[in-house]
Amino acid sequence: MAVGLTHYLFIGAILFALGLYSVLTRRNAISILMGVELILNGANINYVAFSHFSTANVEGQIYAIFVIMLAAAEAAVGLAIVLAIFQIFRTIDVEAAETLKE
Amino acid sequence: MDHPIQTDYLRWIVLLPLLGAAVNGLLGATLQRRFGKWVISLFACAPVLISFLLSLKVFLDLSGLNPEQRFLVDRLYSWLSLGTLKVDVAFWVDPLSSVMILVVTGVGGLIHIYSIGYMHEDRSYWRYFAFLNLFTFAMLLLVTADNLLLMFVGWEGVGFCSYALIGFWYGDHTNTTAGNKAFIINRVGDFGFVLGIFLIFWSLDQQGHATVTFREIEKFAAVLKDQEIWGVGVLTLATLLLFVGATGKSAQIPLYVWLPDAMQGPTPVSALIHAATMVTAGVYMVSRLHFLYSLAPLTLEVVAVIGAATALLAATIALTQNDIKRVLAYSTISQLGYMFLATGVAAYGAAVFHLMTHAFFKACLFLGAGSVIHALGGEQDMRKMGGLRRFMPYTFWTFAIAVLAIAGTPLTAGFFSKDEILWQVFSSPHGSPVLWTLGVVGAGLTAFYMFRQFFLVFFGESRADSHAHTHLHESPKVMTTPLVLLAVGSIAAGWIGLPEIFGGSYFADWLAPVFGKHHEVHASAMEEEVLMALSVGVAALGFSLAYLLYYRRTLAPERFSSLAGGVLYRLSYNKYYVDEIYQFIFVRGTHLLARVGAWIDEHIIDFVVDGSAKTTAFVSWFNGLFDNYVVDWVVNQVADSTFDAGNKFRKVQTGNINTYLYVILGAVVLVIIIKLRYWS
Repeated sequence: MAVGLTHYLFIGAILFALGLYSVLTRRNAISILMGVELILNGANINYVAFSHFSTANVEGQIYAIFVIMLAAAEAAVGLAIVLAIFQIFRTIDVEAAETLKE
Repeated sequence: MDHPIQTDYLRWIVLLPLLGAAVNGLLGATLQRRFGKWVISLFACAPVLISFLLSLKVFLDLSGLNPEQRFLVDRLYSWLSLGTLKVDVAFWVDPLSSVMILVVTGVGGLIHIYSIGYMHEDRSYWRYFAFLNLFTFAMLLLVTADNLLLMFVGWEGVGFCSYALIGFWYGDHTNTTAGNKAFIINRVGDFGFVLGIFLIFWSLDQQGHATVTFREIEKFAAVLKDQEIWGVGVLTLATLLLFVGATGKSAQIPLYVWLPDAMQGPTPVSALIHAATMVTAGVYMVSRLHFLYSLAPLTLEVVAVIGAATALLAATIALTQNDIKRVLAYSTISQLGYMFLATGVAAYGAAVFHLMTHAFFKACLFLGAGSVIHALGGEQDMRKMGGLRRFMPYTFWTFAIAVLAIAGTPLTAGFFSKDEILWQVFSSPHGSPVLWTLGVVGAGLTAFYMFRQFFLVFFGESRADSHAHTHLHESPKVMTTPLVLLAVGSIAAGWIGLPEIFGGSYFADWLAPVFGKHHEVHASAMEEEVLMALSVGVAALGFSLAYLLYYRRTLAPERFSSLAGGVLYRLSYNKYYVDEIYQFIFVRGTHLLARVGAWIDEHIIDFVVDGSAKTTAFVSWFNGLFDNYVVDWVVNQVADSTFDAGNKFRKVQTGNINTYLYVILGAVVLVIIIKLRYWS
């Protein structure tokens, strides 16, 4: 069977879904960040797949490089925040950071 | 009749006494203290005497005019102008008024002079003369007013001054009570008077001739002849109401009871107000409105009957009184009855004639009594007098003349005026022999009680106690001179009113323009002479009885006082218990009414008021309940709901990041769905 666009999109979707699941359910702050990375990569795959299977367009691949860059920056910032939280709460369990509760 | 002559000096006749009253009333206390009493006397007597001279001038001026035009007017200013009612302050003198002002200022002036002597030891000398002048002003206002309203002002004014002077020695409660009695009873009469004025004005207004001026009422009186109100003729009703006022002011039945009590005041006051002037206001008023009364024959009958009844009633009471002034008071009431009897048979001229002569001899009698009281140091009981003839010759002789006059002794003024009245009562179409008989009986009684008084006071052995003896002296010239002048008047004044058979009456001629020539009566001179002889005979009988009882003492008074078991005597002596009856019906009745009113006020009205207050309180309480439990519940509910909602919504803030992310995911999904579904 020939590998078509659809298969790549599925991969992208699966990665997205897994990443989403990770973000939503994990208690570890770093795990949440990893989930975010997965989401971003899932979106990247989508971009690249569309770009590959479209004859005149390389814009998708350019975008993918931007996204990777952004993801890196964002991860850095995110980790900095996690560090700051750790300094206050002495833990990176997100359920401990509930001082804004009610 | 329509073009009276305007003068400027009439007003001073009325206003000068007012000035005197003002000076003495406002500055009197100071003046008396600083300069002595003669200043007060001057300011009091001068105005009245000048007014008298002016009145003489008025008389002369009037007599110089044609009889049809004998009017003098002095119009001061326009007082009221309300719709159809136009009233001026204006004075008006015609022959009738001229007689009145001469009497008031003349006799009044003599009494003012007499008072200088009588009151000279009184500390409130200035207050006395202030009121006396004020009274003179009000009386002159009354008789010279050109309209009913202004006359009423004077009418009320004399009533007030009477009150003030009766209660002059206000320290004694009896005096003030007497003053109150006079004023209150007068007020009752005035109520009728006022209603009469209203009715006349209203009736005339209905016919398009709104006025209260005498001249104009006289012009239009005839249009009222057939007008009725509530089924009664307006003329009859109005004249009756006005007569009610006259019964109050002039002490007729049923409103005479104040006059005997009014003797509490100083004797000159009794002479002036309750003999010569104020009490004659009613007679003047009826005469002034003769044109109305002549159109209301029913009222005339009432007036005549009441006049006759009063004359007789008062005379019977005077028979048994022991106070020298009480006898004279009842005598005044009786003589006023004669005057009203005369007006009641439309003999207005005769009434006014008697008014004038009565002023002379009654004032003389009262001032003489004052002289006696003064000499005895205040004694007024005739049983404690006697033999004064030796000590007080002037008083004695003047009193004698006045007694002769009032008893109707021929050739005295009283004889001519009383005889004229009796003749008119007998012969006038309005009169009747019955009324004449009553009048003659009254004349006999008058003769009796006056001579009884005369003999008791001046003859016999002195029954006065030692205290009185030390005072005993003839009065000073300032008091005896007026007595002499009045005594002369008591004789001379009659000669201007001689009956037809003796030469005709100047007096009646003088008044003819006012009253019209009195109808020629269809009786002969013979009849008149017979009647005259009869009345003189009855009077002589009265005199003889008094002579036997009190001079000769051959008959004992007890033979009469014990007649019919003493009932007659007691009825007379106790004034027929009329005062007690009035006290029971009116005074206690009023008290009862007041108590009933108070009961209603406390139990019914207060009940309702308290009830409404309590109801309001209850409703308020109920409202409060409502307010607290219902309204506040709603308000609180709103607050609570918001609170609960807030509580619930707070829970959204879990502080849990995962939850927030779920929410974001959900929202995004929702937006996508909506976009795909509903937006192209």
